[in-house]
Amino acid sequence: MSLLSVQGLTVKFAMRNNTVTALNDISFDIGQGERVGIVGESGAGKSITGFSILNLLSRPGYIAGGSIMFDGQDLTKLSDKQFRTIRGNRIAMIFQDPMVTLNPVLTIGQQMVEQLQAHRRVSRKDAEIIAVAKLREVYIPAPEERLKQYPHELSGGMRQRIVIAIALLLDPQLIIADEPTTALDVTIQADIMELLLELCESNNVSLILITHDLGVVSQMTQRMLVMYAGRIIETGGTREIINDPQHPYTQGLINALPQQTLPGEKLRQIPGNMPALSAIPPGCPFHPRCGYAVPTCRTVRPELRRHGGSDVACIEVERLHGTTPHKVDYA
Amino acid sequence: MKNEMTQTPLLQIDALEKRFALDHGFLETVKLRKGRIRREKREVHAVNGLTLDIKRGEALCIVGESGCGKSTVARLVAGLLNPSNGSITYDGKRIDTLTRREMLPYRRKMQMIFQNPYASLNPRMTIEQALTEPVKHHHPDLSAQGVRDKVVEVMRSVGVDPAWAPRYPHEFSGGQRQRIAIARALTVDPEFIIADEPISALDVSIQAQVLNLMLEAQVERGLTYLFITHDLSVVQHFGTRVAVLYLGTLCELSDTATLFANPKHPYTRALLSAVPKLDDQAPNHIRLRGEIPTPIDMPQGCPFRSRCTYANDRCAVERPVPAPQPDGSLVACHAVEEDRIETV
Ligand SMILES: Nc1ncnc2c1ncn2[C@@H]1O[C@H](COP(=O)(O)OP(=O)(O)O)[C@@H](O)[C@H]1O
Ligand SMILES: Nc1ncnc2c1ncn2[C@@H]1O[C@H](COP(=O)(O)OP(=O)(O)O)[C@@H](O)[C@H]1O
Ligand code: SF4
Ligand SMILES: [Mg+2]
Ligand SMILES: [Mg+2]
Repeated sequence: MSLLSVQGLTVKFAMRNNTVTALNDISFDIGQGERVGIVGESGAGKSITGFSILNLLSRPGYIAGGSIMFDGQDLTKLSDKQFRTIRGNRIAMIFQDPMVTLNPVLTIGQQMVEQLQAHRRVSRKDAEIIAVAKLREVYIPAPEERLKQYPHELSGGMRQRIVIAIALLLDPQLIIADEPTTALDVTIQADIMELLLELCESNNVSLILITHDLGVVSQMTQRMLVMYAGRIIETGGTREIINDPQHPYTQGLINALPQQTLPGEKLRQIPGNMPALSAIPPGCPFHPRCGYAVPTCRTVRPELRRHGGSDVACIEVERLHGTTPHKVDYA
Repeated sequence: MKNEMTQTPLLQIDALEKRFALDHGFLETVKLRKGRIRREKREVHAVNGLTLDIKRGEALCIVGESGCGKSTVARLVAGLLNPSNGSITYDGKRIDTLTRREMLPYRRKMQMIFQNPYASLNPRMTIEQALTEPVKHHHPDLSAQGVRDKVVEVMRSVGVDPAWAPRYPHEFSGGQRQRIAIARALTVDPEFIIADEPISALDVSIQAQVLNLMLEAQVERGLTYLFITHDLSVVQHFGTRVAVLYLGTLCELSDTATLFANPKHPYTRALLSAVPKLDDQAPNHIRLRGEIPTPIDMPQGCPFRSRCTYANDRCAVERPVPAPQPDGSLVACHAVEEDRIETV
């Protein structure tokens, strides 16, 4: 049985003049110890997906439909009080900016002890021992010293490691990491990703990794979801999708990478932009940018169905293989 | 093109240094040390003796971790900062000592593009106004219709519908804004573009649009680029040559293909290995020890030694200087010179 099962999740934002749909009928499962990547351009709905699971959606956003089953309970039905036993405890979140998690006016030690004591009956002394052990697990040098330091005294990479240590403090079953290394240098990113992978593997923790970097998804995850304009447009095994993407958008994302073209040659860009939530076109949301679009694509909303190694939301997917796209004119 | 490449470089950076004072007020410089009051002036050593040429028509890329001095180099070259030491020569003429007035003609020849296009676009001006101003300024003899035609031509060339000319920057997406900022830079027919992380804030599909635009402009207009980025796959695609910086010093300077095929400096190797690749099944990179030092107290010896697995006693005292390698690259590393690093 899966640890997390999201079914038909729909999230809306009630704006002044109208209501827009940020997530449209999202469904996916994650098994215990499984690592899943969520990729897509900014604004696709990746963060909103993570926020919904943790009940962190803020006004005007609300869950308009669907269920989020976590270990047998529907998270969408929990009260705020009940949620406190889940968030930070059984499901932990790591954000791009470590200062979302860290309190600037408390020492690292105070924050870790507080977090432990909020969920467990432990003495201060024991909490500190656990904190030091967790800092050691994330390879923080001189962990006893760090407990006395404030976040601003540490480098960005060190802060993100501490956030990971805090995430692991209560032995969560699931970690949601939203672009955890996007603000860091590649050498630091590589260290942190390796650490996260090692910790998830050795503790059998499930991971949802939100990123725009397909290389990172490839290194870290077993399955992936590709999102576009609030929908999942392709999902399947990470290797399968990266080696043989089925959806024209996924193909476009991979083909647009500079390493997919010979140096100095024109890159294969995807024309146009992802639409705003208030202007999502009818039919396939990708059709104005798609080189394979036929008239039906403008009217029929494609459902996910099996093709190749993945589930794909494209009505033209059978025809698309072995044909070349036509040129898209886009202002 | 071949001929031009053998001429004098378009830009020559020689022994360039830039230090920033860290403490501003007098009181901030007064420190209590071992029970005695002393006045200390701390400085950030952002750029430390950088020597580098940029040839006509090439795209020279500068890479390195954040804080290694990339933007400072860009701003020094653009004349937005004054060097603490060293010189910058443009087309045979030393420009770092020019007055603002004397610098004006160079301001047109060199255009700068920033990571955040808002830095070069005024939010209260329509796109048309933003583009008209530099066209008028640099082509004072053009008629009103001529100016309008030029603006339309420029918008078309960057793939933005000229019908959108009356709109304001915030009405455009990030990618469109960056293309407009590039269009604005191109309106004055520059020779040299300094681009500081121009695509770092954009999505992959949009990055490709902007990079294509910059590549086209290079070919069609014979532009020369100083291109700053931390994305090595972009460097591999776009760069003619690459300079790798660490703590404001040059580690390695090489043809792009040579650098990626055969990186030599221990830092370059670590940097290249850290880039996640599409066919990676797990992270597999050269791990560096320690933390990135701050450029406040510049270490003696090799700036990279605190994180280098090849560091020895010599590295602790003697700063390595860039030395030519058989394949034409320049590498500043004692271990490379002493042949202590196994080749890949
Ligand atoms: N508080 C909000 N009010 C209105 N729209 C929002 C709000 N937060 C996010 N959105 C919209 O929801 C969409 C999805 O956002 P997000 O999940 O953050 O995207 P990403 O894939 O970049 O993480 C975006 O179009 C964004 O503009
Ligand atoms: N105006 C300034 N005053 C003081 N320090 C500065 C200033 N500009 C840059 N620095 C410092 O100089 C170093 C190099 O900065 P920068 O050139 O912006 O690096 P990069 O662009 O490679 O990230 C950093 O340590 C930075 O904090
Ligand atoms: S000079 Fe020494 S410390 Fe510096 S990179 Fe080479 S081996 Fe490492
Ligand atoms: Mg996001
Ligand atoms: Mg910079």
